[in-house]
Amino acid sequence: MGNKDLTPANLFENQKRHFFNRLFKFLVKTAAFLSVVVLVGIFALLAWNGLQMFREVSVFQFFFTSTWNPSALNAPSFGIGSMLAGTMLVTVAAMFIAFPVGIALAAYLSEVASPRMRGVVRPIIELLAGIPSVVVGFIGIVVIGPFLAKTFALSNGFTALNGAILLAIMALPSIVTVAEDALRAVPRAYREASYALGSNKWTTLVRVTLPAAGSGIVAAGVLGVGRAVGETMTVLMATGNALEVPDSLFDAVRTMTATMAIEMGEVPFGTTHYFSLFAIGATLFIISLLFNLTAEYLAAKFRHQA
Amino acid sequence: MTRSKRIEYFGFGVLRLITLAVVLLIFWLIADLFVKGGHTLNWAFWTTFPQKGMTTGGIFPTVVGTAFVTLITALFAVPVGVASAIYLSEYARDHFLSRLIRASIRNLAGVPSIIYGLFGVALFVEGLHFGTSVLSAGLTLGLLSLPYIITATEEALKTVPKSYREGALALGATQWETIVSVVLPPALPGISTGVMLGLSRAAGETAPILFTGVAYYLRYLPGTVWDSFMALPYHLYVLATQHHAIEEVRPLAYGTALTLLGMITLLNFMAIQIRYRYQAQSPA
Repeated sequence: MGNKDLTPANLFENQKRHFFNRLFKFLVKTAAFLSVVVLVGIFALLAWNGLQMFREVSVFQFFFTSTWNPSALNAPSFGIGSMLAGTMLVTVAAMFIAFPVGIALAAYLSEVASPRMRGVVRPIIELLAGIPSVVVGFIGIVVIGPFLAKTFALSNGFTALNGAILLAIMALPSIVTVAEDALRAVPRAYREASYALGSNKWTTLVRVTLPAAGSGIVAAGVLGVGRAVGETMTVLMATGNALEVPDSLFDAVRTMTATMAIEMGEVPFGTTHYFSLFAIGATLFIISLLFNLTAEYLAAKFRHQA
Repeated sequence: MTRSKRIEYFGFGVLRLITLAVVLLIFWLIADLFVKGGHTLNWAFWTTFPQKGMTTGGIFPTVVGTAFVTLITALFAVPVGVASAIYLSEYARDHFLSRLIRASIRNLAGVPSIIYGLFGVALFVEGLHFGTSVLSAGLTLGLLSLPYIITATEEALKTVPKSYREGALALGATQWETIVSVVLPPALPGISTGVMLGLSRAAGETAPILFTGVAYYLRYLPGTVWDSFMALPYHLYVLATQHHAIEEVRPLAYGTALTLLGMITLLNFMAIQIRYRYQAQSPA
């Protein structure tokens, strides 16, 4: 490979090698930059298409009214209030289930489990992360729905609660992973100091390790919200898709994601209805971006402390 | 037992119980699918077309469609993803550009899958006039799987010891020659793991292909990348919610769900196997 003799042939060979070297660097750099282009491109396309809706629809109507009837011939209406309420209800309820359970699982894995038990439980959680959302939605239809209908004497199980349970199942793996990492990142010295003061393992977990992992734990929850807000197929299949502001968890709701999934396939290209679906998409994109950035900020803050 | 000992015993007991409950719940949900749908699975189910308005017959075209789309996804996402990871791991220093790229990748991983679907419609279907096709759907899924492939590949490249690179460079190899002949080979198992996990995620997605190319029912297989296609995840959605005789086709839906779940789990399992075997041998 090295420079043998500086004959013209070898010089040419070397130039060729260095040319490929530079070409290769240029190519991989371009590939890497594509991610930036895609992220900016997604936002630009959503915003470009979404903003065109506001030529016909006022900002107030879009965000603060709750009648969604975009295909009405005479007076179409474009209020996403009921969808925002539906998305919020399902997401918040999912987090009420997934956050405590996820933290408990993370605490078990990092503080209680033997290495062997950990080797059993972790792959099962990873398996859960791999289940396609459409299969989870199907489970909502055939298992969770009938179970809820029977337990609470409902006419059917297609309710916000069904969606919340499914979203909790889907958000669980990422919450467990991030929270466990946070717990493991707490320096040993903290725990040892606590033991030296006579505390047992439980007191140490509750009073020392969990508080020390604080922002990392919160990051896990915020990330879970980001995941749950954007889930489409599970809620589409399990929550009944009623376009009304829900009164309780036993009402059917339609989320923002479900609306896009239901209507995008049928809407004529370039109509106000078409643009309104992109406006919903842009709203969802901003919401999930905010949650992801918050989670990232909290996780970075935690790494900085630990 | 002292009081504090009892509290500890009780507290850890609760954590054990919650973990056990979650594990049992997962087993119960999956076992339920097997008990109610296991009998539908046979060779004919996987190798015949749906018949009589999709009320009987198999799911052959959905398996082919998913495989075809995943192939397109791989052809786009694997080279681009691996190249991006090579840049981040081998070339990029900690400067503005590399931080911007990393932040973009992290945030792309958090973008909801339906948003990729909208992007696919606006860019590939309408913008570039690819229409609703295998190509549009495959590229959309490719973008979706990119962050996972990049992250996993970079992890794999980082496990290759620095001394390998220094040795090759000291012998006069260019950086490109070093990467191709010294850095990539030992990282290959790790890269394959990441690629398989990323692709299995893409293959199981429904929302991004809903309006970029998947079809409710087709009597023929997709011949070129310009055709639309049937896909396993969407077929499950159709059988579970959109079909005119939902109760009648429930067994088919179970069979489709199990097939999809089996395929994804097999891919994940193989990926994790490669990772464990590789970790055992890894010099780093």
